[in-house]
Amino acid sequence: MSLTNNDTLLQVNNLKKYFPTPHGLLYAVDNVSFNINKGDTLGVVGESGCGKSTLGRSILRLHEPTAGEVIFEGKNILSLNHAQMKHMRKDMQLIFQDPYESLNPRMTVSQAIQAPMLIQGMYKSKDKAALEKRTLEMMDMVGLARRLVNSYPHELDGGRRQRIGIARALALKPKFIVCDEPVSALDVSIQAQVLNLLQDLQEQLGLTYMFITHDLSVVKHLSTQIMVMYLGQTVEIGSPDQLFHNPCHPYTKALLSAIPIPDPEIKMERIQLKGEITSPINVGPGCRFAKRCVYAKPECHERSCEMTEVESGHKVACFMVKDMM
Amino acid sequence: MSFLSIDNLKVDYVTDDGIVHALNGVSLELVQGETLGLVGETGAGKTTMAKCIMGILPKRTGKIRSGEITFEEKNLLKCSEKELQSIRGAQIAMIFQDPMTSLNPVLTVGEQIAEAVENHERCGKARAMERAEEMLELVGIPAERVHEYPHQFSGGMKQRVVIAIALACNPKMLIADEPTTALDVTIQAQVLEMMQSLKRQLNTSMLLITHDLGVVAQNCDRVAVIYAGEIVEYGTVMDVFKRMKHPYTQGLFSSIPQINADVKRLNSIPGLMLDPTLDVEGCRFCDRCKYATEECRINHPELVEIESGHSVRCFQKK
Repeated sequence: MSLTNNDTLLQVNNLKKYFPTPHGLLYAVDNVSFNINKGDTLGVVGESGCGKSTLGRSILRLHEPTAGEVIFEGKNILSLNHAQMKHMRKDMQLIFQDPYESLNPRMTVSQAIQAPMLIQGMYKSKDKAALEKRTLEMMDMVGLARRLVNSYPHELDGGRRQRIGIARALALKPKFIVCDEPVSALDVSIQAQVLNLLQDLQEQLGLTYMFITHDLSVVKHLSTQIMVMYLGQTVEIGSPDQLFHNPCHPYTKALLSAIPIPDPEIKMERIQLKGEITSPINVGPGCRFAKRCVYAKPECHERSCEMTEVESGHKVACFMVKDMM
Repeated sequence: MSFLSIDNLKVDYVTDDGIVHALNGVSLELVQGETLGLVGETGAGKTTMAKCIMGILPKRTGKIRSGEITFEEKNLLKCSEKELQSIRGAQIAMIFQDPMTSLNPVLTVGEQIAEAVENHERCGKARAMERAEEMLELVGIPAERVHEYPHQFSGGMKQRVVIAIALACNPKMLIADEPTTALDVTIQAQVLEMMQSLKRQLNTSMLLITHDLGVVAQNCDRVAVIYAGEIVEYGTVMDVFKRMKHPYTQGLFSSIPQINADVKRLNSIPGLMLDPTLDVEGCRFCDRCKYATEECRINHPELVEIESGHSVRCFQKK
């Protein structure tokens, strides 16, 4: 599916984002590192509150990271000033989760698609003809009928609205797009249409995606690499094959076993997880999953485990796995 | 023996934009102790059906055009409000979709469970609170938390409270409207497992409304697939999942990315669901169907039993 090109487009090193709260620091993203190669898709999965959206936004500096490095095409973008960052944003775009709330209700489809191009100075508002031509091209590209050019978002269904969101992101010819749950608000039949569109556009334009979702089957379908997060930290990263056929972290195993399989002949053998996700505020030392983990040993509650490579490209943060090697 | 049957139910909503045909002649049966899954997309009419059974259709806009809902030989649509009140909660209970908004934020969870018990069992406050504590324990929440407010619970816990309210009076039938859609997968699995075991314990029948085919496969005995206010396929889980005949059912299955299969590209169903304000003569799915013929556009297909217990609404029966 991807271009087999080994250059790294984006490198994230020890990224941290802490939010101050009245009860102490909230460790939304804590020491996350990964690489994405050109033309690849990194799927980021985890349950609500695990920090996956904050991670996506921190990479784009929509949240200012607390510490760490985000190296895009060899440049650490966290050291850029406001003007440089604005220029950089042309290359790094975001598709939002909820197409019902991410569009300005007072802008028509064409205004919404044109806004980023005008802000970035790709076109002057005088160049009406060129701008309109480009808008129609974008609409064709994402499969929006040209007759909708003057419609308002409320006249359109969720699938079409999400296509506007995609057109807006693509209008600037970006190299990298963070897709933050782009299909989770859509019905299954529409979801498939949008997923196929994203896949086609990636092939046509050589795009690189970071695909944030809670739906493991969607991630398996799209990604070249998958990262599983739990309470702000990466617990496992690997190719879809490695993760689905040889999950190593107890949390990944539990997560996979909890997905209801749409086949009545396959009975699920679920790994019971105790309790629920704990609070990310003032987390203590030790593995954050230890409280819910059936294999937890005293050591797990005392210090946290580094990411360890178990096979080429497959890393896990768990003492159990480390000990077995 | 069916103890709930819905016969030819037609419901319209009268809105400023026209008359929305929400249900167009739906017939269903539920047998004691079984779980029936109702699958469909947004706007297919799933929740409208649940509201009709409960008698909570919006009075001003919702209009029942025809049909009968028979529950233990009583037509629920003909019942007075008083009769309905004695059935609702006590014999038929409902679990709503969003646990974040279906609890009252200014009452403790104990009070909310006890309210249901007090209304139906004619017992004192003290006894009702005892029952509330029992119910909390039953759904896996420590009884000490009976005096806490909904905001002190997480999403999964809130949904357990909602389930405790629904089951507090030992209803014979439970309607669960997307009970786990707002929850994370690991919590969803916990809640579904709990509902299944309580259902077995109390021998409750369940109507499980969902759009998640995985949830249906793992929890239901029979399934009805609903599209644009009509049941298009109806049968056992095996019939519908393994020997599906309706093009819409087939489309649904090929458009979900499956965890246990490698597919390069999803087969999406082209187009959108029919505008529910339109009156159509032919099949309601024909505009999106690749097998559609002239016949499909002119005549409306009936739900036909093609093998014992497995019905399909399609001329082509692919």
